[in-house]
Amino acid sequence: MNPSDRPGNRDDEQIVLSSVDEFLAWGKEHSLFYLLFATACCGIELMQAGGPRYDVDRLGMIPRATPRQADLMIVAGTITHKMASRVRTLWEQMTEPRWVVSMGSCANSGGPFSKWSYSVLNGIDKYVPVDVYIPGCPPRPEALIDGVMALRDRVRRYRTLGERDTTPHVVAGHDAPFGGHCKVPDFGKPPEGKA
Amino acid sequence: MTLDASTPNGERMTLNMGPHHPATHGVLRIVVESDGEVVATCTPDHGYLHRSIEKIGECVEWPMFVPYTDRVDYVCAMNANLAYCVAAEKLLQTDPAATFTVPRRAECIRVLVAELNRISSHLVAVGAMAMDVGAYTPFLHGIAQREGVNDIFEKLCGQRLTYNYVTIGGVAFDLYDGAIDDIRRFLDQFEREMVRFNKLVTTNTIFRDRCAGVATVSAKEAVAWGLVGPNLRGSGVDFDVRRDEPYCVYGELGVQVPVGQAFAGRKGQVGDAYDRYVVRLLEIQESIRLCREVLKLLPPSAEKPNDPIGGIQADVGKLLKKPGKGEIHVRTEAPRGEMGYFLVSDGTKSLFRVRCRTGSFTAAGIFHHVMRGIFLADVVAVIGSFDVVVPEIDR
Amino acid sequence: MKALAFDAIATAVQARFPAVLVQKADNGQMALRVPKASIVDVAHFLRTDAQLAFDGLSDLTAFDTLKYPSTPPQDDICVVYVLFSYTHRHKVLLKVHAERAACDVPTVSGEWPAALYFEREVWDLFGVRFVGHPSLRRIMTPDDWEGHPLRKDYLYPATYNGVAHLRDGQHFEAAPPRSGGPL
Ligand code: SF4
Repeated sequence: MNPSDRPGNRDDEQIVLSSVDEFLAWGKEHSLFYLLFATACCGIELMQAGGPRYDVDRLGMIPRATPRQADLMIVAGTITHKMASRVRTLWEQMTEPRWVVSMGSCANSGGPFSKWSYSVLNGIDKYVPVDVYIPGCPPRPEALIDGVMALRDRVRRYRTLGERDTTPHVVAGHDAPFGGHCKVPDFGKPPEGKA
Repeated sequence: MTLDASTPNGERMTLNMGPHHPATHGVLRIVVESDGEVVATCTPDHGYLHRSIEKIGECVEWPMFVPYTDRVDYVCAMNANLAYCVAAEKLLQTDPAATFTVPRRAECIRVLVAELNRISSHLVAVGAMAMDVGAYTPFLHGIAQREGVNDIFEKLCGQRLTYNYVTIGGVAFDLYDGAIDDIRRFLDQFEREMVRFNKLVTTNTIFRDRCAGVATVSAKEAVAWGLVGPNLRGSGVDFDVRRDEPYCVYGELGVQVPVGQAFAGRKGQVGDAYDRYVVRLLEIQESIRLCREVLKLLPPSAEKPNDPIGGIQADVGKLLKKPGKGEIHVRTEAPRGEMGYFLVSDGTKSLFRVRCRTGSFTAAGIFHHVMRGIFLADVVAVIGSFDVVVPEIDR
Repeated sequence: MKALAFDAIATAVQARFPAVLVQKADNGQMALRVPKASIVDVAHFLRTDAQLAFDGLSDLTAFDTLKYPSTPPQDDICVVYVLFSYTHRHKVLLKVHAERAACDVPTVSGEWPAALYFEREVWDLFGVRFVGHPSLRRIMTPDDWEGHPLRKDYLYPATYNGVAHLRDGQHFEAAPPRSGGPL
């Protein structure tokens, strides 16, 4: 048989019909470049997730050093009050569409430091909107990958031209609405005199 | 970035690195003022990861602080656990009512896990340093080998990073069945791997010349600026807490202490970045040997957990409910140097003051001194060679 | 190399500075209590004397004696210096008490440059002003932080930068006292 006559190889079978939005979402889903942004212990797990064993590269995730090239910000580790406004700045420097994964209890809610610490911010979602929360102290790389998979579902539903998807954020793989936490305070102008 | 043309040398440029910068090992901020390619002044800015761990120590009970010590230095959490527990035990033992001794098996296990963790911590250090000077692959090799240690620890205590394994009075769990075989197999495999790593990086001419003679710290300076651990030994000072103030069973192991001796040859000096790097690698070799030695000392497991020889946990529960008053300063050797705890107890269930002195803090303190007059491109290599871990600086 | 015991060190120091006292903690840990005004002289002597040669500052920290159950009750800030001699391999603790209100101690950064960072930390967390320190700035907390957190009478901030410290609806039993209303 002529190879071009084999099923699947004929010209009319090589054509996929899709909407522009779906096509763009498909591309985004498979190339989530993440910002290499590690503050504390969870950052080591993030690095090990990028290491040879877990190898998140195969999911199209490649670390970028600058927020301008990143689609995804993985907040890995404790965010202190001193650091929080810098995180906001980094997030503002990312181009739309952008996603945020909060990795570990500290970034979710302050974790082990929520009660007695005077300097730790209890949850990064007070500064930037979070799409996926991954619990754990630290979460295993598998949990991180699971969280990224949950995020990919959201990315797939993202519409660049059509109506925006407004489904609530998820907790590591379960489509469980968490509700009510994702409030970004209105900062107005940045405070004077602070770098 | 601002340009300032008022300085005599023409113009200076202020360059801000961090707190988000991939080469600063976390959230360290460094403001460098450069005169052309040469650093004129360097001002580190800390505190982006200040998690008030010392204050938490005053709020929680004695044993509850152990998980927080994991977070003081998460790259070598076992050593951080050990440092606090040894200090707390010494403080408890100053009370005349205290009669406990840590079982010998527990002491041996402590040394075993501490040395394994030292290996994995130094792997990150040397890998990250190679990454800072521009080679990405060694970092991946380091991370890959680190997974071997992580696997052993995970089977041992269920965590990959923050172990909470060493407790006041012993260790939390006994070795699992087959642990010794696992460790032996890992060490054999790892020793072969290190030969390859050294061929790839350590003896690599480009890497050696890149680090030779960079940021030299003389022995006198190192002592005065309070450097500790491999940074101090890299400058040629022969001091190691494990050998000179032994704790656990280190006294019986005969710890060999490598010191810097201008390993880079003609271009190098004692105490340069390459010396600090090589000292870390030699310490890895020494840790492999210590692991094997301590496995020979390990007594068989006993039925009773508080058996003085084969047990794993001394009875300290009653003592911790009503400890004596007093204070103590004890130091142990963590991979980033001496980790000194100054504890004050006021006789209640929680400590009155917990002070943790870490190696990275003073290493960061010398930055503005050694960075004056070096090339801008060397700044990250210097940060890498001192092996600072940000939570240790900030706590 | 000849390591000295604590008594020998204390005798050597007291021969030169009679105002230095030997202080024993409740569990017998020995320290030298140095008057605030003479700490720099004592430090210089300890570092340069050939017999003592304390060339390393192993640690410099402090603790707040308020609420410590001692008789009589105190409320000083006690600054602790841990000195170690790499030449002779011996160690000594020095203590300097600074009053709570006018909390200033002369700096020893001229003797050991390691003190530059330690003193910044103690200033930040305890509010001890080290007189003569070339750049006494906060090191851990942001520059506009209020209070010195490791003091025993510190109030936790309720908000920072306009953002509440706790989450909505988050509350703890026996939480540390916070400034600015309940919680
Ligand atoms: S969640 Fe746990 S492991 Fe992660 S940064 Fe916080 S303390 Fe560290």
